[in-house]
Amino acid sequence: MSSVVEMRASAIAEVAALPPAKAGRRFATWLGKPTPGYVVLTILLLLYPWVASPFFTFQIGGQSLALGIIALSLAFLAGYGGMVSLAQMTLAGVAGYMVAILGSSNVAVSLNWPWWVVLPLAIAVATLASVLVGAISVRTEGIYTIMITLAIGVAFYYLTQQNYEVFNGFNGFPRVLPPSVFGLYWRDPLPYYYLALGVAALCFGFVLYVRRSTFGIALQGIRDNPRRMRALGFNVTAHRVAAYAVAGLIASLGGILFTWFNGRISPGSIGIGPLINILVIAVLGGVRHPIGPFIGAVVFVLLQNFAIDLVDRERFNMLIGTIFLAIVLFSPDGLLGLWQRLRTHFSARRL
Amino acid sequence: MRFFLLTVLNGLTLAALYFLVASGFTLVFGLMRNVNLAHGSLYLLGGYIGFSAAQASGSWFIGIAAGFLSMALLGVVLQTLIFRRMEGQDLRQTLVTIGLSIVLADLMLWIWGGETYQFDAPQWLMGTTALPLVRLYSTYRLVVLGAAIVIGIGLWLLLNKTRIGMMIRAGVDDRKMLAASGVNVQLVFATTFAIGAGLAGLAGVVGGTALSIAPGEDTRYLLASLVVVIVGGMGSVTGAAIGALFIGLAEQFGLAYSPTYGIVYTFLIMVLALAFRPQGIMGRRL
Repeated sequence: MSSVVEMRASAIAEVAALPPAKAGRRFATWLGKPTPGYVVLTILLLLYPWVASPFFTFQIGGQSLALGIIALSLAFLAGYGGMVSLAQMTLAGVAGYMVAILGSSNVAVSLNWPWWVVLPLAIAVATLASVLVGAISVRTEGIYTIMITLAIGVAFYYLTQQNYEVFNGFNGFPRVLPPSVFGLYWRDPLPYYYLALGVAALCFGFVLYVRRSTFGIALQGIRDNPRRMRALGFNVTAHRVAAYAVAGLIASLGGILFTWFNGRISPGSIGIGPLINILVIAVLGGVRHPIGPFIGAVVFVLLQNFAIDLVDRERFNMLIGTIFLAIVLFSPDGLLGLWQRLRTHFSARRL
Repeated sequence: MRFFLLTVLNGLTLAALYFLVASGFTLVFGLMRNVNLAHGSLYLLGGYIGFSAAQASGSWFIGIAAGFLSMALLGVVLQTLIFRRMEGQDLRQTLVTIGLSIVLADLMLWIWGGETYQFDAPQWLMGTTALPLVRLYSTYRLVVLGAAIVIGIGLWLLLNKTRIGMMIRAGVDDRKMLAASGVNVQLVFATTFAIGAGLAGLAGVVGGTALSIAPGEDTRYLLASLVVVIVGGMGSVTGAAIGALFIGLAEQFGLAYSPTYGIVYTFLIMVLALAFRPQGIMGRRL
């Protein structure tokens, strides 16, 4: 992606231009400038379920948010770390499987532990798994990372498919449902939507915070010029593995939400198709800003649900594949890049 | 003992198949730094086209030729239309080929449906051959093994003993210097891509006869090629042979002795290779 190349100059300039940290100012700047756009978007997202039907709230809104969070973890790695990992859905799947195994489902393997034990454990295990994936793959760069993470993801897929003692093989775990807390059943459209929206907002803000933090700036420096950063005394490997940990944390949250959305987890949810879908979503939206993966997810979910009306029901892959190809060929920065280009085009004309 | 030898033979024939697919992949990468993640699609498409050609003509050998030639042609088209326009943009090439493989997979599903196809090779290939110790073994699989060895040696000779091979090797080392010495680099690139893609198509027919062709085989062979070249080293045909041997044997021994975790062995080999030789067994540091 040319975006990464273009960003090179800016990140190093950013390090130089960084003002000395003052506690008060930092808090105000970590989200970037609070533009009117954010406010309008927040209000729209909060009001959305009150105008939309339950189908649109849950199937479109909820699913987009859950998938968007998983894709955000990839966008974080790719956009700020320069590492394109195809194993993000696998890590989300690890969290989903932990919820199914430790929590409750229709299968005897499940341990039926309470949710407040299960959830932190699932997140911790998935984050650890992410660190492991990172430790294996940071030894490589660029396209090698893609290939190795793809191989890791598919290996885990085969493992879950063939292991019956822990992962219940091909059938996986049906009926993995969220608990009822505060008298609310969290898989009803309205609670689920707001839960997903809350988690998505947290992850979104977290990524914005991390990219401005010392760690985030160093990470972007490593993305742009690892040799220079090593010479400056930064531990490149440690920063990259830490980036995987952050991405794993985000992916695990999205994974738990997505498992609850589907109400089940099985090898089919983490096969090669879903792995690639996360990449498609992130690239479709654009990885230059954390809002990108969410835009990509909305487009993806809309297409998935309404492809039947546009083309044949069976031809969804052809449609999404062609759109993906068109985006990669003509707008490497995704829909975000397209938007940016249109804006500069029109503002240039106005002048 | 017989079971053990049978497993070895099965592993070797699987390795032969993996080598046919992965050698094209590694050749293309070694010369042009093009990661063609649609390589598995070339395998499957070659298999399907070969199947249709064999059905229409009634000759298995025409099927083989069709698989090779159609994919070689597609390889040239891909090289001139896509890869040539994105030189040096690894990530973008990777993404484009992922998109291509999604579209191709769906196209194939559309045209040939979800059924599993099985080729009929000529009668004299489909029987069994008596071998010492293992008694009877499928003739066809032995032929596959032999063909892979012949193709492997042929590739080695092509790369090391001919003029075009010299150009390819020079291109691997320093593309710019090769162009500066008056060689039409574009032609060398297109030829290499045609050979690599053609080999994948050929492997599609050969593999489709040994096993079968069905949707999903594209990702299976793409993955096998990836692991083979990661273990063997990118850009090295010898490395592809060594990697294919490791992976083919590991897969068959896993299948024979611990069916549940067969895939884990493949994975372990990859992790070990990465831990101790990140550039692969025969690879050079880039």
